[in-house]
Amino acid sequence: MTEEEDRMEYADQNNALRRQFDTVLTEPIPARMFMKRPAWLDYARAAVLIGGGVAIGLALPMLKPAVPNAAALVTPLPIRAARAHMVYSPEVRHPVEVEAKEQEHLVKWLSKRLDIQLRVPLLTGEGFELLGGRLLPGVDGPVAQFMYQDPTGKRLTLYVTRPHKGDEVTAFRFAQEGKVSVFYWIDRECGYALSGELDKTQLARVASSVYRQLEP
Amino acid sequence: MDYQLIVPYIPNLRRYARALVGDRDGADDLVQDTLERAVRKFHLWRPGDLRAWLFSIMHNVFINQLKARKIAPEVEIDEATIAAPIPTVNSVDVLDLQRSLLCLAPEQREVLLLVALEDLTYAEVSTALGIPIGTVMSRLSRGRERLRRLMAGEVPRSGLRVVQ
Repeated sequence: MTEEEDRMEYADQNNALRRQFDTVLTEPIPARMFMKRPAWLDYARAAVLIGGGVAIGLALPMLKPAVPNAAALVTPLPIRAARAHMVYSPEVRHPVEVEAKEQEHLVKWLSKRLDIQLRVPLLTGEGFELLGGRLLPGVDGPVAQFMYQDPTGKRLTLYVTRPHKGDEVTAFRFAQEGKVSVFYWIDRECGYALSGELDKTQLARVASSVYRQLEP
Repeated sequence: MDYQLIVPYIPNLRRYARALVGDRDGADDLVQDTLERAVRKFHLWRPGDLRAWLFSIMHNVFINQLKARKIAPEVEIDEATIAAPIPTVNSVDVLDLQRSLLCLAPEQREVLLLVALEDLTYAEVSTALGIPIGTVMSRLSRGRERLRRLMAGEVPRSGLRVVQ
């Protein structure tokens, strides 16, 4: 066969193939071939979207404390304690709800309400006797306040609360709110604040005794 | 990359597959598998000849299907295949062409159809099938010659023998 004959023959082949198979070009394309993407990709995308939504939903409440303004709105523990001190310590007739003579009941009651096993420090050595205690509303739950008094009528209050979300764990710290001095510390389970209108040195002596008794 | 870019090539993929496989369902399965694989491999596609890329994917799928069946395509030319109704005017010629095509070795059939039916250049076939251009040319000329003989009435050697 010559080259010319080859070309003719090959052209015939091409034409024969076209005649045979060109009809496929105009056949309707099966619907399954119009997939936008494989089904598993749809499921994967749905999973990612749902997962992302859930993650955002879960993360949003956690992000809230990180917003500076929101954190600033939570009054710090020493301020809360000092204000409670200012409200109740001047009280002549009803400084406490439950008096010291019912100490056992007092501790049991407040422990139950705060859901913490409370202990009441003994401050006789520092010149202060327990008057009793009361239950107060805190930022997000009940708070216990114990009140002490020295022979001259000077009063101290010990404010015990479960830590609020905005309360960071801190070691022994000092704060001043008006005339009220406050020593406070926050551990993982509890926040404590000892408040009184005493000078810093005097109060520090009492506070360190409280600290030693509560944080053995 | 968007699937919409691929859609215009579906008719050509189907035509090529129909000629390559021989029956409609088998061919459309090959196209479907090719499209799904193309979607999975979108990230591997670099802007360039999308058509040649799709044919190369179809080639890989086709080879895998042949391996999975572990039989030479010749055995598929049974009575059922031949008896299947094929909508064309000149059905004697058609049967002859279809039957003759299926008597070619798959690798010859691929090259022949890509060049003669789909108008790919030798370079594009070389890329699509992953073989040197010299191999493209030799397979093409052997395939054309064998097809010519078959169409001229030469009886193919029968059996399960795989042609080179």
